[in-house]
Amino acid sequence: MAKELIKGNTAVAEAALRAGLEAYFGYPITPQTELLEHLSARMPEIGRPFVQAESELGAINMVYGAACTGKRVMTSSSSPGVSLMMEGLSYIAGTEVPAVLVDVVRGGPGLGNIAPAQGDYNQIVHGGGHGDYHMLVLAPASVQEAVDLTVLAFDLAEKYRHLVAVLMDGSIGQMMEPAELPPMQPMKTDIPDWAVRGTDGGEKRVLTSINLDPPAQEVMNLRLMKRWQEIEKNEVRYKGYYLDDAEYVVVGFGTAGRISLSAVRAAREKGIKVGLLRPITLAPFPNDILDELSEKAKAFLVVEMNSGQMLEDVRLVVRGRKPVEFFGRMGGVVPYPDEVLTEIKRLVDGPLTTEGHPRDRWLARLSETIG
Amino acid sequence: MVMADVPAKIVYERPEALDPRVTHYCPGCTHGVAHRLVAEVLDEMGETGNTIGVASVGCSVFAYNYFNIDFVEAAHGRAPAMATGIKRVYPDRTVFTYQGDGDLASIGMGEIVGAASRGEGITVIFINNANYGMTGGQMAPTTLPGQKTSSSPTGRDTKRQGYPIQTAEMLSTLEGSSYIVRRSLHSSREIRRAKQAIRTAFEVQKHGLGFSLVELLSTCPTNWGMSAAQSRDWLEERMLPYYPLGDYKVSPAVAELKK
Repeated sequence: MAKELIKGNTAVAEAALRAGLEAYFGYPITPQTELLEHLSARMPEIGRPFVQAESELGAINMVYGAACTGKRVMTSSSSPGVSLMMEGLSYIAGTEVPAVLVDVVRGGPGLGNIAPAQGDYNQIVHGGGHGDYHMLVLAPASVQEAVDLTVLAFDLAEKYRHLVAVLMDGSIGQMMEPAELPPMQPMKTDIPDWAVRGTDGGEKRVLTSINLDPPAQEVMNLRLMKRWQEIEKNEVRYKGYYLDDAEYVVVGFGTAGRISLSAVRAAREKGIKVGLLRPITLAPFPNDILDELSEKAKAFLVVEMNSGQMLEDVRLVVRGRKPVEFFGRMGGVVPYPDEVLTEIKRLVDGPLTTEGHPRDRWLARLSETIG
Repeated sequence: MVMADVPAKIVYERPEALDPRVTHYCPGCTHGVAHRLVAEVLDEMGETGNTIGVASVGCSVFAYNYFNIDFVEAAHGRAPAMATGIKRVYPDRTVFTYQGDGDLASIGMGEIVGAASRGEGITVIFINNANYGMTGGQMAPTTLPGQKTSSSPTGRDTKRQGYPIQTAEMLSTLEGSSYIVRRSLHSSREIRRAKQAIRTAFEVQKHGLGFSLVELLSTCPTNWGMSAAQSRDWLEERMLPYYPLGDYKVSPAVAELKK
């Protein structure tokens, strides 16, 4: 199929539909709304359910119900709306049914604003909902990647009976760029045995997240964790740029990763041996490649559009072997490539330390600039 | 007198839609009656194997154990949303929620109003026993003025704690609702009427006529601190005046169906 100029939110919506999305439930919120709007027209057009729910709480619980039928279902929202969905996400995880969530992240906390941000990293990657569960988290850095990862999200959700989140910041949702949409897939016809549909005289099926017997609940928790280990083993995805001879490594995901790539290229032009590691799966996190780089590289720079949430995951892998520095912009402010380039140069010029916390040093520098 | 030549005839047995097991409900509680009515109706309509139930949070959280029906268990208050998700995917299946008053009329008010206003083609069995049963008898949105509960120990003071919600009346104002009635389970006569209403509600769904809800006034002897017999009297004397039985919304299409 030919590439077309298309907005991220619209592209994700159309990609989901073509991937066999059987029902969509959502609630309007900027900067995600075009996704819902596109499906409000397209889904009924081809005879599939679309419901604008009474709230995000309603939407995620509609997804929960529909997911219990084993059909391809999804919702989408943006940060404050996703906070409201945390209850349903925990229940979906606890019932082990597949579902896809798209979070088009905006500035926060609170109502914040509608500008692109990555402040939902912890909410999505490290839970948010109650109890022991993980979401498989995919983070695109372009409209094309958002399309591809949305299609992948459904396959992974079904393969592991798991929650899969596509975590993209507002700029990916709002930006128009050329992308190739997938061909229309036929709807899934194989309904898994566990899915409710009516007994038809056979054995009844019950899908629930309640388990009053602690040892039985623990067995269930163990099953979830083993499945997560499988996912960690099989589903790590990342993209490396200029890493072969890199003395310095920038780590950034989504739009921050993309901006960092511009900075890395500019630094390469100046002869600086710097590369970029862009995690595509934020959960499971690309620990192995980062571990490998920790042996080879001189120092790391983590770049995020938040106060250093992924930074902590990077530090856990680097474990003080090499200096880690941080640069971030918060509240919906998007960094310029020049700012990242300046940080790369600072890394090269030193002095570098493995003492203290990189966030403290960054905050001190940032306070001088914006305080 | 010789009773020969009169063949034995089964006049009463367990509905197929009910699982043959002992429930966890307290003696004298009317959940069991309500379960049985739903099961009888689904059997009589031939819908048992074509039905998906949505249990809620409250005393009926384990309702799925007592029905021979595919079931899911919702988060507190969200059963109508979950049922919406299922019904939209399976419009030809019968989908019902079974919810108590704390679940439906307090934490789940947004979901029930949303579902009713959309005219969602689901059936809601709504158990109103004027308190939170499972957590030990706290004040519910349906607790009567002056009624003592474990969280209104001196009686519900309407100045501080407001007024009970008349759910059937409220939902009947929504254009999207098709069949909204209130019945009671305090006497065999009312139980028979309740069953008729439940039948109509499921017929409404079967005929694609929209949203149906049957509110069932129910007893909670344990938390009310009464015997089963006393609680039936209390329901009649105290609940009926505030929650009058009746048909609050019967859409023209449903009225046709009932003819």
